[in-house]
Amino acid sequence: MAKLFSNKSRQLEADIDSYLDRVNTAGLLFWEGIKSYIEGKQDYFEKKFEEITDIESEADSKRREIKQKLYTYMLIPESRGDVLGLLETIDDVVDTCEKVLEQFSIETPNIPDFLRQDFLKLTELSAKSVEELVKGTQVFFRQVDMVGNYVNKVHFYEHEADDVEEQLKRKVFESSEIDKFSHKVHMRYFAEKIAAVSDVAEDVCERLSVYAIKRRI
Amino acid sequence: MLTIIFFLSSGLFLGWSLGANDAANIFGTAVSTKMIKFKTAAVICSIFVIIGAVVSGAGASHTLGKLGEVNELSGAFIVALSAALTVMWMTKAGLPVSTSQAIVGAIIGWNIFSQRPTSISSLSKIVGSWVFSPILSAIFAFLLFHLIKRIIESSNIHLLRLDSYTRLGLLFVGAFGSYSLGANNIGNVMGVFINAIPFTDISVAGIFTFTSVQQLFLLGGIAIGIGVISYSQKVMKTVGSGIFKLSPVTALVVVLASSITLFLFASQSLHDFLTSNNLPAFPLVPVSSSQAVVGAVMGISIAKGIRNLNFKKLGQISLGWVVTPVAAAVLSYVALFFMQNVFLQNVYH
Repeated sequence: MAKLFSNKSRQLEADIDSYLDRVNTAGLLFWEGIKSYIEGKQDYFEKKFEEITDIESEADSKRREIKQKLYTYMLIPESRGDVLGLLETIDDVVDTCEKVLEQFSIETPNIPDFLRQDFLKLTELSAKSVEELVKGTQVFFRQVDMVGNYVNKVHFYEHEADDVEEQLKRKVFESSEIDKFSHKVHMRYFAEKIAAVSDVAEDVCERLSVYAIKRRI
Repeated sequence: MLTIIFFLSSGLFLGWSLGANDAANIFGTAVSTKMIKFKTAAVICSIFVIIGAVVSGAGASHTLGKLGEVNELSGAFIVALSAALTVMWMTKAGLPVSTSQAIVGAIIGWNIFSQRPTSISSLSKIVGSWVFSPILSAIFAFLLFHLIKRIIESSNIHLLRLDSYTRLGLLFVGAFGSYSLGANNIGNVMGVFINAIPFTDISVAGIFTFTSVQQLFLLGGIAIGIGVISYSQKVMKTVGSGIFKLSPVTALVVVLASSITLFLFASQSLHDFLTSNNLPAFPLVPVSSSQAVVGAVMGISIAKGIRNLNFKKLGQISLGWVVTPVAAAVLSYVALFFMQNVFLQNVYH
């Protein structure tokens, strides 16, 4: 019986790990994609966009698989609601990353040179928040006491991203280099979209820290 | 034969209610948190209660025998019936009741009625154990909690693997708990009949002897088992979702701590080992599994650094040490009077 339990558990452990790997990859593709767009490597950007679309659908089906296994195998009855809630909200992070790249691909915003560094910085901070979120979720399963460290990092990056977003928007609207108002609004829109990734990561972190307290023995 | 069955019925009823109530102490959280299926829990619990009763039930029963040697079958019937009714009444009143305390009171009632002295040394040994057992259980729970916490924290074990190990642990600890419950509490159910039952020893193919006491305990064990299977599911649901909200891991600690406590007060071989090495041995006394569980839960609360202990619960427990035996003794005395004077049965000789 122990073997039976263990095999199912190990299978599911591997499933959760591979799901989180995909979330991590989505964060990296988000960073690489926007970076290449800003640097003018359009083909490379489109390639990254395709990759993130694939990753998003893979993550979706992996999550459904995990959900089904958790219920059919009757595993972790005490915390499966929390685990599923966590995995579902993490999915929003992947979705948001994919959606941002999609907007770039559709709307092809024209980013002026003087805003490039700010956009890069903002993207980097959002991507880092995703990276730390994934690490936090990984330790939630194995070393629950460490979750707090990663939650703090996510909060930090989200806060930094907010600052950069605000500066960027001020620059946009104070600037005389962008003459059309519509262009300014477009820049603001993209700044907000990129920063939204770190906001979603922070929302998931709020849940994560509550679940971590619940899981403490 | 019919007479024997009739007079044994009160003991079997007491066994049934013990099974219905006390199985929840062992498997309640595991079942209510869906870690273990009720069917699995009921089967394991019944089997190990019977094994515990037959293999290791003699020690604690012997102590009850020393308190009062009920020597007529009709007297034993009344003693067990009074204990069973007291348990029922106290359960209805919502008080944490123990069959151990009820049976001791009922035996004292018989002693008074038959004008026999109650052994003060036996009584003080028994009452001392009642007070000591929840404390001991709390100490075990405190230590085990810290130990298991440290193991889990240092091993960085995955949530899912921890879950499967906890399930397995709950099964093993549950089996051990059931064994200890059978060994420690069978005396409450069948102890009063030992000196009154006309069973004879049976030799099985000349290999071993199935003593009359073991036959009696087998019957009692089966009654407990039926109680577990037929009625304990309801009680388990209340325990799991009501009084104590425990996580599966803390439930494991609680069951292990209280089972060790019951085992120490029931194991003849441990008793012999300790006495032969001139070490202080635990008296073999039937104690309350419910109170051991309450003790263990408090031990965990202390380990977690929670200071607001449930003093109401503690008060109820200490109230039980007095009210249950007194109520059972009075009931037993009155019932013996009726049995002797209305139904014209000898209740002692």
